[in-house]
Amino acid sequence: MADINIRKVAKAYGKTQVVHGIDLDILDREFIVILGPSGCGKSTLLRMIAGLEAISSGEIAIDGKVVNDIEPRARGCAMVFQNYALYPHMTVAQNIGYALKVAGISRAERDQRIATVAATLDISDYLDRKPGQLSGGQRQRVAMGRAMIREPKVFLFDEPLSNLDAKLRVQMRLEIRRLHQRLNATSVFVTHDQVEAMTLADRLVVMNAGHVEQVGSAEELYERPASKYVGGFIGSPHMNFLKGQIADDGCSVVLEAGPTLPINPRIGRAAPGAAVDIGIRPEHARRTGEGANLTVRYDFLEELGNGRLFHGRVGDSDFIVQSADKTPPAFGEEIGLRIDPFHIHLFDGETGVRLQEIASVAPARTRALEPA
Amino acid sequence: MIERTPILNIVTHLILFVGLLMLMVPLYLTFTAATLTMEQISQIPPRLLPGDQLFVNIAEAWTRSDFSQKFVNSFILATGVVTGKVILAAMTAFGIVFFNHRLRMPIFWLVFITLMLPLEVRIVPTYAVAANALTPFQAILDATGLSRLIAWISGVEVHLEWNLLNSYTGLILPLVATATGTFLYRQFFLTIPDELVEAAQMDGAGPVRFLIEHLVPLSRTNIAALATIMFVYSWNQYLWPLLVVTDPSYGVVAVELGHLVPNSNSTGGGDPQWHLAMAGTLIVMVPPVLVVIFMQRWFVRGLINTDK
Repeated sequence: MADINIRKVAKAYGKTQVVHGIDLDILDREFIVILGPSGCGKSTLLRMIAGLEAISSGEIAIDGKVVNDIEPRARGCAMVFQNYALYPHMTVAQNIGYALKVAGISRAERDQRIATVAATLDISDYLDRKPGQLSGGQRQRVAMGRAMIREPKVFLFDEPLSNLDAKLRVQMRLEIRRLHQRLNATSVFVTHDQVEAMTLADRLVVMNAGHVEQVGSAEELYERPASKYVGGFIGSPHMNFLKGQIADDGCSVVLEAGPTLPINPRIGRAAPGAAVDIGIRPEHARRTGEGANLTVRYDFLEELGNGRLFHGRVGDSDFIVQSADKTPPAFGEEIGLRIDPFHIHLFDGETGVRLQEIASVAPARTRALEPA
Repeated sequence: MIERTPILNIVTHLILFVGLLMLMVPLYLTFTAATLTMEQISQIPPRLLPGDQLFVNIAEAWTRSDFSQKFVNSFILATGVVTGKVILAAMTAFGIVFFNHRLRMPIFWLVFITLMLPLEVRIVPTYAVAANALTPFQAILDATGLSRLIAWISGVEVHLEWNLLNSYTGLILPLVATATGTFLYRQFFLTIPDELVEAAQMDGAGPVRFLIEHLVPLSRTNIAALATIMFVYSWNQYLWPLLVVTDPSYGVVAVELGHLVPNSNSTGGGDPQWHLAMAGTLIVMVPPVLVVIFMQRWFVRGLINTDK
């Protein structure tokens, strides 16, 4: 049971600032996923929570207690590492039970707890093996067992699934989510994979270049990205962006490529004449013969099985349309699209900040409180 | 990979064979000489076939050189050096690799410098220190004026002395204080992933526990290699024991072997007894060979059980 409060936490290596004053409140028993490209500071933030990295400024509190100067072992966190970091010279049982051994817990109790954890993770048959004799998925389970056995207040995951093959990754993802629900601990999960992030998280934290771009549920991030960066990062295939200018009436955008698109009139901050980027998700661009308000010059098609991606260009920008439509156009043909004004995201042309009101980023607790 | 290079194969095997000959011929000559009598060994041309005097010669060499005592001494020296080295080097490397402190690089370079200054180069100062191991401290006291201060206050003249000559400590310590082992460990410790260190940290293991429960088991093969090298190295020590030991009861086999080798001092102008010298050589060679053979099996086991 622990909430984590991160206040103005920054990290600098010498003069290089990698994390810029982050504020974040993680609630008790919440599953938080920190999402961002490599080098955005997400792992550093996680390691600062774990105590493996010193905090340059600001403070981190776990369960109301500031842990800045507390050693990792006393913070009540357990961590699952990217490369599992199993002790190669110990058997699976020794690996899992090591934290208990260090804590001076009797052998009998240790064995019993190891057995329980192993049963939970379905690794009881491998307890006498060395990590070198296990497959990737089994190692991953052992690493989770090692974290679980201490019954920590906080689980920290540092891209733990990135070394698994695609099928196993999906399976482990579900198991991590199930475990989280059962263990009643707070989980912080770092990844660069947005699908992983969206399926696991109660709330997502999108980071970019040492800053938090947006915090919110997967739905909020998808529906109302706070910046062009988040819009492009969340969602697959990624959002299409086109440059343009707010028209004089304030209710439409004149694209650089020519056409004018009506936009949702409830715009707070965009003044007529302002340069904007508009974002349109591929699944929101509808192919239509009549009433089209945008045309795309068709290049090629990507077959996904459950749908198709039509790649093309609008002016100088790439544009993807997702559609179940089976008839492929001819190369270079103009496809007519109808874009609903409510599906157009407006971002400031310079700062990339969203120009429409953003849903509140109050913590979404719904999923966390669902019975397991 | 398939390679068809018959000529290259022949050439490489020839080179190997020549190397083998260069190694084996002296060994064979030693063995033959050890089996001959005094008359047979003085023959010209020299006899190349073994005789039947092997055990007689060995027994004679053994008693004449008092090898019973010398072997014990050499074993004490070698095991002392091996133990000291394995432990000291592990701890030094641990300190250099895993701790980020201000003295890290200075210490690293100090250790590194000893690599360029082996015992043979600094043998005279080392001898001076061994004669009184507290000389450096005395020098510090004198230079800072502390000894004068103490003499003035208490009236006691400070005179520190700890003589290491003619002792096992004096034999062992200077051989332990070299950098080779430290570097062997350092190179290995550098290959240990950071994540492993961090995992141990998260599990609550402190530095000492990490060293004993993780690093030492992981460096098994390194320890075996280092122990082998150091055993052979210290078994074969000649110069340092020759200097530091004058009392024959502390003598080691290599020095004693030197006394067996005929020169005008040992024979007193008499006949050179090469057969005894060679018999002695054979005996002295046995322990390092056994250690290498035994430890080699150990390496191989360590290498097969590679747990990634």
